[in-house]
Amino acid sequence: MDEADDLIPLDPAYKSMLRVQFAIVGVVLLLAATIAEFAIPGWTGAVWIPALLLVTYALVRVPLRRYNARGYSLAQERLRVVRGVFFRADTVVPFGRVQHIDVGQGPLERAYGLATLTVHTAGTHNASVSLPGLRHADATAMREDIRAAIRRDTR
Amino acid sequence: MTEPLEHTPRRTDPRTFAVRAVAMFSQLVLPLVVGGFTILDKGDFGDALLYFLPLVVLAVGANIFFAYLRWARFTYTVGADDIRVESGVLSREARSVPYERIQDVSIEQKFVPRLFGLVEVKFETGAGGGDDLKLAYLPEVEGERLRELVRSRRDGSSLPEQDIDTDIAPEPDARLLYEMGPGRVLTFGLFEFSLAVVAVVAGAAQQLDFLLPFEVWDWRSWREQIAGPGQWLAGLGVLAQLVGGVIAVGSLIFIGVATGVVRTVLREWGFRLERTDKGLRRRRGLLTRTDLVMPVHRVQALRLSTGLVRRWFGWHSLKLVSLASDSGSANHEAVPFARLKEISPVVVETGFELPGAEIEWHRSSRRYRIDGFLIGFSLMIAIAAALFVSSNAYLALLPIIAGGGWFALHEYMRWRWDRHALGQRQLYTRHGWFAPSMAIASREKLQSVEIVRNPLARVRGYADIRFGLAGGHLRMRGIALADAMRIRDAVLSSMGEQDFSEVVEAGSQSA
Repeated sequence: MDEADDLIPLDPAYKSMLRVQFAIVGVVLLLAATIAEFAIPGWTGAVWIPALLLVTYALVRVPLRRYNARGYSLAQERLRVVRGVFFRADTVVPFGRVQHIDVGQGPLERAYGLATLTVHTAGTHNASVSLPGLRHADATAMREDIRAAIRRDTR
Repeated sequence: MTEPLEHTPRRTDPRTFAVRAVAMFSQLVLPLVVGGFTILDKGDFGDALLYFLPLVVLAVGANIFFAYLRWARFTYTVGADDIRVESGVLSREARSVPYERIQDVSIEQKFVPRLFGLVEVKFETGAGGGDDLKLAYLPEVEGERLRELVRSRRDGSSLPEQDIDTDIAPEPDARLLYEMGPGRVLTFGLFEFSLAVVAVVAGAAQQLDFLLPFEVWDWRSWREQIAGPGQWLAGLGVLAQLVGGVIAVGSLIFIGVATGVVRTVLREWGFRLERTDKGLRRRRGLLTRTDLVMPVHRVQALRLSTGLVRRWFGWHSLKLVSLASDSGSANHEAVPFARLKEISPVVVETGFELPGAEIEWHRSSRRYRIDGFLIGFSLMIAIAAALFVSSNAYLALLPIIAGGGWFALHEYMRWRWDRHALGQRQLYTRHGWFAPSMAIASREKLQSVEIVRNPLARVRGYADIRFGLAGGHLRMRGIALADAMRIRDAVLSSMGEQDFSEVVEAGSQSA
């Protein structure tokens, strides 16, 4: 199931959004590290340098890996969401099992014109499956698709 | 039952008060008195009573007053299309529940209401947060009447005009599926040995000397008396101490068994499972009598399990997994304790079937079990290394031999006994070797399928499958990736044949 079969990648802006997200956390982390450096007598860099390395990794590498690990597909009236860098999960929800659909936008997502699509099912496991990093227009279009499929089925 | 019942707001039974008063007495007055004693223990008692008593009276009085207001302002109306409830003393609240949205009506009789012949009627709407409409308390007759009314309304037919005058009259077409007589309940109780209670009692016995409440008067003399026999016993030597030990263990076991029996008798007394036209109706309980109907079309899966000991005596239990909640847990106990041949007719009633001989069972991947063993064994080696370093070289062998042996045995047995199978309409998983249990799920009624792989699983080529099941969990672990994909595709194609609303809701609307 690994990437090989036709999954649709997320919007590339998702990478940039993740970078901004990590940058905010990184600034806080570096601030804390700086304070720690001041507290430790003498300039050692024992805290600051690992923190800087970690932040650099999180900014350069992690968004890319996360972006590459994710993908979705809507083939055969099923929503398929693949995610996870180390622990890979591949979830399939047939449209006929969707109870209701959310399209959400956080402040950062709005800045990048992205949205998160969340479908809710009646199952205890996977009660809600969310798919971030979609263009907002795509997400609403997907919502309409799923809704239309549900309406057709119930009739 | 002679007045026209429709469209007139009604109150709950006035005796509700009495129930509330008893409940309040145990909840409020007793703690107050106990609290008062502990606080005022040292002071002059008569004096304390003088200050304390008015407080209690005031608190109780205020509670009764508010309880009255609440009762007086709470009305329900049985309308043509819905049940409406208006409530609230200062802020009024009106709620309407249409008959179509009422999934089921459950009637519960707790101990105190039972003394007054009252029931609590709950209208289950399937709203997730337990925010169901409740009417507490109504006379038994009224409860039965409401239940019948809601059911007939739901089906679109009109209410039969005759009064339902008996309290627990069996429905005309009810067919008994399973019942437990006193003998069976007692046997069941013997198997419900409560280890937790034994642990608590044993712990309490350890602390006995200061847990005893005798210090209220003169703890020194009591303590001497308790210490006396012990010293006397110590004087008798090893044999007597051994006998004493056996007696102590024996009494602990007795307490454990007795607790199990009492709890089981209280819960399961007079157990009856019947097939009615609305589903499976279960009644049980000695003091708190519960009456519950499980609509058959809402059963999502079955769980057939047994216990460590009862397994050898051939006892099994059957639970129904469904969306409605059985006071908290989503699994309804349909048959708590029975032989397999008594269970199989119930299984047939639910529309499921036990796996036949033609079912092909599959095991999980051998690699998954080997990896499981290796992880456990490496942990044991780490412990052994730590022991070896910290002086005790001989002791270091213990985790390697015993622990390693255990993991090897466990993984082998799990590999041998954990199985899964894909039937025509159903999905089966068998799990565990100490106390095996089997889940039977309908392929059509699953909600989602997920394949999960951790880093090790990705390297070694196996996966876990987790199914979205309404009201329960279902998964298959450590399955070869190709098999996992095959199972997923098969299940997904049968899921595609039915819509959610038909799966969870009644077959009645879709027909």
